[in-house]
Amino acid sequence: MLSVKNIHANIDGREILKGINLDIKPGEVHAIMGPNGSGKSTLASVLAGREEYEVTEGAVSFLGKDLLELSTEDRAREGLFLAFQYPVEIPGVSTTNFIKAAVNEKRKYLGQEPLDAVAFLKMMKEKMALVEIDQRLLSRSINEGFSGGEKKRNEVFQMAMLEPKLAIMDETDSGLDIDALRIVANGINKLRSPDRAILLITHYQRLLDYIHPDFVHVLYNGRIVKSGKKELALELEEKGYDFITDDIDLTANQ
Amino acid sequence: MNNITYFKDQFEQLQEANPKGTIANLRQNGFDAFTKDGVPTYRDEDWKYTNVSSLFNQEYQIAENSSVTLAEVNAIRLPGYKQANELVFVNGRFMANLSTIRSEATDLIVLPLEDAAKDEYKDIVAAHLNQSSNYLNNGIHALNTSFIDGGVFVHVLKGKEPEHAVYCYHILDARENPSLALPRSLVLVDESSKLQLTESYTTLGSSDSFNNQVMEVVVKENAYVEYYKIQNDVANASQVSSTHIRQIGKSHVHTVTITLNGGIVRNNMNLVLDAAGNETHLYGLYLLKGKSHADNHTLIDNLKPNCFSNQLYKGIADDTSTAVFNGRIMVQPDAQKTNAYQSNKNILLSENATINTKPQLEIFADDVKCSHGCTIGQLDEEAMFYLRARGIPKESAAVLLLQAFAADIIDQIKPEPLRSYVSKLIYEHLAIQ
Repeated sequence: MLSVKNIHANIDGREILKGINLDIKPGEVHAIMGPNGSGKSTLASVLAGREEYEVTEGAVSFLGKDLLELSTEDRAREGLFLAFQYPVEIPGVSTTNFIKAAVNEKRKYLGQEPLDAVAFLKMMKEKMALVEIDQRLLSRSINEGFSGGEKKRNEVFQMAMLEPKLAIMDETDSGLDIDALRIVANGINKLRSPDRAILLITHYQRLLDYIHPDFVHVLYNGRIVKSGKKELALELEEKGYDFITDDIDLTANQ
Repeated sequence: MNNITYFKDQFEQLQEANPKGTIANLRQNGFDAFTKDGVPTYRDEDWKYTNVSSLFNQEYQIAENSSVTLAEVNAIRLPGYKQANELVFVNGRFMANLSTIRSEATDLIVLPLEDAAKDEYKDIVAAHLNQSSNYLNNGIHALNTSFIDGGVFVHVLKGKEPEHAVYCYHILDARENPSLALPRSLVLVDESSKLQLTESYTTLGSSDSFNNQVMEVVVKENAYVEYYKIQNDVANASQVSSTHIRQIGKSHVHTVTITLNGGIVRNNMNLVLDAAGNETHLYGLYLLKGKSHADNHTLIDNLKPNCFSNQLYKGIADDTSTAVFNGRIMVQPDAQKTNAYQSNKNILLSENATINTKPQLEIFADDVKCSHGCTIGQLDEEAMFYLRARGIPKESAAVLLLQAFAADIIDQIKPEPLRSYVSKLIYEHLAIQ
């Protein structure tokens, strides 16, 4: 579904990603872990099409298409979803209208008829229940005055509504207390399906107590330095990133 | 300015036909001032960013006769018109035959200004007409005063709250020649009464038009006024629109000025707070494209204590358009406990668009609260990315954000039919690239 080959990316002339390789198949859940500054969020931004990042080398194919050739909006309409680490507050734009516009833009792109008001409301109701989000939040402006937990829940709700093929969750667990984390993780688990892949980007192992990944990758200094099954996450939790990074720094210095 | 001779001829003809009375005297004073002051240039501080003198390079006709038909009026009626008093002005003159007065004469009186100046309203007209010249002492205003002719007088009677709003349609007929209109009106909102007034502007034909308008509104004790100005004319329609509102009793005034299209547009919105405890809200929104130029000059003159005023003007400038906001607040020595707030927010969409914004506070009392602020920015990149990352194309995302920016001004248009109308106009205006 997603095939990342030797991606190098810069911001402001500084190389952040230094050759990333990653293959994700439908239905799989991958977790990318790594210390601060290792390039986790950059990877998410590059995949979603943030224009500040310049890809200098490598290729990404998504469902057979050259992802890097697509605009941000077309990537979304092809089925790529980025749950933001810091969801943006947009005063004056109602959440419901925004989601309706997004759903119908995607339908238009796929050659489907737009949803009418009744069908849209029905879909909203179903998905609201699924991710446990309050109607009141959706009648407000996008994320305006939402708590950290509400913002993240709104991201998962949008994911539910847009039914992506690949969801990239950028530090979705950051800033959440245990209860909020559980609700958000439950929402994501309910959205797992055999034809949908999920890429979890996280600093901490605790999210993985709730969402069990099939694969865990450690990102360090712009490269994936170790991959394994979910046990790798537990090992990281126990020993810290040092047990991997020290090795690498040692090797690099020799 | 080669049309000064034309103005002189026209003025003399007008004076010969109606040589006597309050209005003729005002006209004479106006023409003297116009001859003396001429048209302001960029060297005048108040007109630094708005070049009105260029408008006078045109050979305008102050066309008296125009064959505007009822069908043409039908095409420009504003939503809610079936419930409104509709006052039609053609080339600056009030046309009773095209107008519809729905209110009872016991609630609302609409008279030709000349008639009002003669009969039972003569003292009122003498007392209030042209008070604005104390504030707008420039050649443009003087030119309007020189040609007071065919204006209108509106009186909301004491204690009355007419259920029908007042809509003023200004039609400029530029089908044959470039057209200059000089509409003049005087509105008296009497004690404990209510008025909702809306003005809109339409140029017919493809020649240039210039609407140099003065409306004076007098608001008495315990009255409430809503005033809406909707400027969405063609790209070669220019105007200087002066609205001079005096709150001479403790009253409440709420104004919204929407500018979407036009050539050179200058709005003077003056509020004279001449009674203790007045409340005033001024809102404005300008969304400029092409070569449009919109200049909003506001003045709040606090003469008496305990007045409250709030101003919020927002604007978007695209292409090579120019916007000006100048917000002047004066607090006179007697106006203790004044509360005056002002804010101006702008978004620049193009590298070639210009915004000039200037607050101007002159405070001569020591116990007042005044604040002002202005911002000029661009579309929020983070918000754009967020919307696009959900599949909303760049252009639509920009329209969503700009609509959101405009929304708090649109919300200040209280009558629902007008609000949805303006909201739709704005959406279309923003959506067309």
